[in-house]
Amino acid sequence: MKLAFFTGIVLLFIMAVVASCQSEDQVEFSRYYSGGSVIYLAHCQNCHGEKGEGLQSLIPPLTDSVFLKTNRSSLACYLKNGLKGKLTVAGREFEGEMPAVADLSPIEVAKVLTYITNSFGNKSGLINLQQIEADLKNCK
Amino acid sequence: MKNIVCAFIVIALYSACKQGSTNNTAKLPILGNREPVTKTVDGKQVTDTTYSTIPAFKFVNQYADTISDKSLDGKIYVADFFFTTCPSICPVMHRNMLNVYKEFKADDNFRIISHTIDPKYDTVPVLKKYADKMGISGNTWWLLHGTKEETYQIAKNYLVSVQEKKPQGEYIHDGYFVLVDKQKRLRGTYDGTDPAQVTKLIADIKTLKTEPDQVNAK
Ligand code: HEC
Repeated sequence: MKLAFFTGIVLLFIMAVVASCQSEDQVEFSRYYSGGSVIYLAHCQNCHGEKGEGLQSLIPPLTDSVFLKTNRSSLACYLKNGLKGKLTVAGREFEGEMPAVADLSPIEVAKVLTYITNSFGNKSGLINLQQIEADLKNCK
Repeated sequence: MKNIVCAFIVIALYSACKQGSTNNTAKLPILGNREPVTKTVDGKQVTDTTYSTIPAFKFVNQYADTISDKSLDGKIYVADFFFTTCPSICPVMHRNMLNVYKEFKADDNFRIISHTIDPKYDTVPVLKKYADKMGISGNTWWLLHGTKEETYQIAKNYLVSVQEKKPQGEYIHDGYFVLVDKQKRLRGTYDGTDPAQVTKLIADIKTLKTEPDQVNAK
């Protein structure tokens, strides 16, 4: 009886820890995501569109989850240095030029990338500051 | 007594509203400077109003065809100013302009003209490539190339402000879409970055097309 009670308490404790961890992650995700939506509106939406739809064959959409996943660790560099040349996005060819979004800080880059990779039909979780800082070191 | 006054006010307000709404649907305003001109018709003095109109011009479109004011005779058109490498408002403007294009592309008496304000970079082949990527074909939407002086001069006639900010070579310009009638008078300006205003532009073009002046003009 005593043992059962004790195990019960321990289990409850573990559950509480897990739950609070999860919600802390959740809180962090929400913080990045909602901050990112504001940055998207100010710096990206004019080109990539309200729904990430892009513009005809001039500007690629942000709806290609596979493209975003494959190039996940390069996305920060695209924003920092700009992007130029041929791309295949959503099965279509693009050859344009994205100017560098130079005035974004690493934390803002993390937020806006969290936003786009979890909007417009994408769902790939948090991209945090540490990841962005590591990615930015590897820019070509 | 109080009731009667109230009722009176209500009726007055109602008829004021009604008046306003019928005016709206009947006719679009004519914009720009106007001058009274007195002339003699059949021996009588008549005072007429002349409105400012778009003067003669000559530019080249994305197909390297010369486009002049004559090319727009008998046509209602919308004008704007842009450049192909514009990082700010142009993509939004042309995303919205595409809706105007789609709505009227079957109408040969309608045109869209977009003047590049960066003629040095936006040469005719660059404009053609832009048109292709935008998915626009045919003669509904012309992208116009001319000298900087001519372009900046004609912008003033459309009441659009265009400047070059040196030394970075950045351009500052309004995102207005300007509606011009068959008599080359300005009939409306719309913020091309605002989808709601562009929807209004489409409605106003339809209204304008039904005005007797427009129906009868060649
Ligand atoms: C001036 C217009 C413009 C702005 C502003 C802009 N982009 Fe882009 N973006 C482009 C173009 C054009 C390309 C394609 C470049 C190429 O063809 O090589 C692109 C490509 C991309 C790509 C890779 C291809 C894809 O569609 O998945 C990503 C990711 C991206 N942009 C994200 C962003 C984010 C995030 C912002 C805001 C911080 C932003 N862009 C702001 C024009 C823009």
